[in-house]
Amino acid sequence: MAYGAFAGGVHPAYNKELADRRAIEEMPLPEQLVVYFTQNLGAPPEPIVKKGDTVRKGQVIAEAKAFVSAPVHAPTSGTVKSIDMFPHPVGTDMPAAVIEPDGEDAWAEGCNVERNTDSLGPDEIKKLVQGGGLVGMGGATFPTHVKLSPPEHKKINILIVNGAECEPFLTADHRLMVERADEIIEGAALFARVLGVERVVVSIEKNKPDAIETMRSRSADRKGFSVAAVNVLYPQGAEKQLIYSITHRKVPTGGLPMDAGVLVQNVGTCFAAYEAVRFGRPLIQRVVTVTGSGVAEPKNILARIGASFEDLVRFCGGISGDTGKVISGGPMMGVAQYSLGASVTKGTSGVVFLRRDEIPQYVNDPCIRCGKCVTACPMRLNPSALSIFAERMAFDKTDEFNVLDCIECGCCAYVCPSRRPLVHHFRRAKAEVRKKAKRAG
Amino acid sequence: MLTAIIALAGLALIAGFGLALAARAFAVKVDPKVEEIEEALPGANCGACGFPGCSELARRIAEGKAGVDACPVGGGAVAQQVARIMGIEYEGGGVRKVALVLCNGDDQVARKRFFYNGVYDCTSAAMLFGGDKACSYGCLGLRTCAGICPFGAIEMLPSGLARVDPEKCTGCTTCVGACPKGIIKMVPYERTVHILCSSHDKGGKVRRYCQVGCIGCQRCVKEAPEGAIVMEDNLAVVNYEAEIPALVAGVCPMNTIHAGGADIPDERHAVGGEG
Repeated sequence: MAYGAFAGGVHPAYNKELADRRAIEEMPLPEQLVVYFTQNLGAPPEPIVKKGDTVRKGQVIAEAKAFVSAPVHAPTSGTVKSIDMFPHPVGTDMPAAVIEPDGEDAWAEGCNVERNTDSLGPDEIKKLVQGGGLVGMGGATFPTHVKLSPPEHKKINILIVNGAECEPFLTADHRLMVERADEIIEGAALFARVLGVERVVVSIEKNKPDAIETMRSRSADRKGFSVAAVNVLYPQGAEKQLIYSITHRKVPTGGLPMDAGVLVQNVGTCFAAYEAVRFGRPLIQRVVTVTGSGVAEPKNILARIGASFEDLVRFCGGISGDTGKVISGGPMMGVAQYSLGASVTKGTSGVVFLRRDEIPQYVNDPCIRCGKCVTACPMRLNPSALSIFAERMAFDKTDEFNVLDCIECGCCAYVCPSRRPLVHHFRRAKAEVRKKAKRAG
Repeated sequence: MLTAIIALAGLALIAGFGLALAARAFAVKVDPKVEEIEEALPGANCGACGFPGCSELARRIAEGKAGVDACPVGGGAVAQQVARIMGIEYEGGGVRKVALVLCNGDDQVARKRFFYNGVYDCTSAAMLFGGDKACSYGCLGLRTCAGICPFGAIEMLPSGLARVDPEKCTGCTTCVGACPKGIIKMVPYERTVHILCSSHDKGGKVRRYCQVGCIGCQRCVKEAPEGAIVMEDNLAVVNYEAEIPALVAGVCPMNTIHAGGADIPDERHAVGGEG
């Protein structure tokens, strides 16, 4: 079956060869873990630990009070040394618990118990996913159980397992598919069972032939499973673009994939679901790609949530030479960090270290209306007009031009010959539009 | 030829009658006071009164729904004039207030923690870790307030700080709401002693990132008359109700206090960077 591509998109330099052949290594426990209380999109969970508390591995340290929220668990056993504000990789300071490991790494009661998954019903699986604090691990950190709870009238009939990993440099999902294919498939099968979906499509970009091969051979005897090799085009891994590539369905403006009858789950989330449902292990670790020419030895690391970027880079042999920029996530959508004191969250798929000579600084020039961004935008927006409105603080106009549909993929800024900070403009505009909508009630 | 002239003249006559009738039938009655008041108002449409523009305020005043001194920009002089139009007595008027940026930590004395190269706007910059300044309360210097001021009263110093010209400032408070750090305050024009810092961080932390920040030592609190300077969460704040002698400025070990009025000189202009 041939899979067409979506409109727009760009071809950035992928640079995946730095880490795509490096097997996932488990990082030893660092001296301290900084665990943010907020690690999901939606309502922040409420902290339930205080300074001096002892915690066990897998114990809940922040409880989800709202539906669109996910609990946070202690990544190891130890003591809560303090609770303070730390720079969160998404770009704000947020409260976090500093946990000093006691070295025993002892599980809390009820965690790490194997159960037979064959007899579990949809609601039980959903409950285990919710209790495990699962969120979308591609970076958006949307609580997984919400995606598994579509309203009655919205029928989901395709599950897309997202292994596209279109973001340059990152190889975490790639390695996971090569090394843990069976677990990912089991996890996807659990999601499919929750929603009664019969068709599961594992989609992988063509630049990962070994992952395609592995996933194909491991899922060959499973009914309803297929592996789709999708075109190498950024942002192929973005939810709406992937849905269009695979099914030719469009998600309506302001809608969710469930409106198109599709559920998309990242391969990392599928793996985490298997761990949570089968073994009762909540989401306390993830694969993080630490890469770029600014790091001595690029690696794919299985790191605990809360390990600082400094610990990660030390495990990779330190920074090499003239490192000038540290990005949490990939270079297209990631957020530049000012401090290595930021820590791994559930949504940290990678940390990219770039040399100073790789990061030219641009002057923000006026828009010349060349239209390159319009061609590149995979959401079919008009970034040129939007940025001009945003620059003039005409945020009502940006709303009219559907700025809220922007997925912040960065294609427009990538192709802009005037090197305008377009995504930054849109993030501001989106914040203003949401603020206004909130005020209006 | 003649037919054309007659035809056109006839048309003009009919249309003229039509217009004359329409002007009678659909006449909009405007209180002459509204026009007069609008004439008296500054006409900047800044919105400081809380109404959408000067003409709306003029209408409200004429209807008696707003006070004659509702325009904070015009001050006493305009209030007098409006009162005369309304035929009422107006006495005095409040204290003239001007905006003041409560930060003196420019690029020479306040540390930055990273190099920012994004949208040239304070609110946008503040979305990324609160901005590049190590002090999370400090002026980001990306001219958002200067750009929004309807009276051109705010200028950017070459050293990266926003400064309000108290002579040009009309007290419309537009900048107060525009500053993402919330460090622009309205202060009485007459008062001379100001504490130019907004940081609520503890003294040790302030010293690490700024040479002119308030470290909360409370020397000024003790020197000033009772209640004239109060501590608010590690920050000395001037209580503008009370009088403060200019001498108080001398006791500040960080030179945070200025005693020369709201017109703060640009001390580091000479050594300023390219801006």
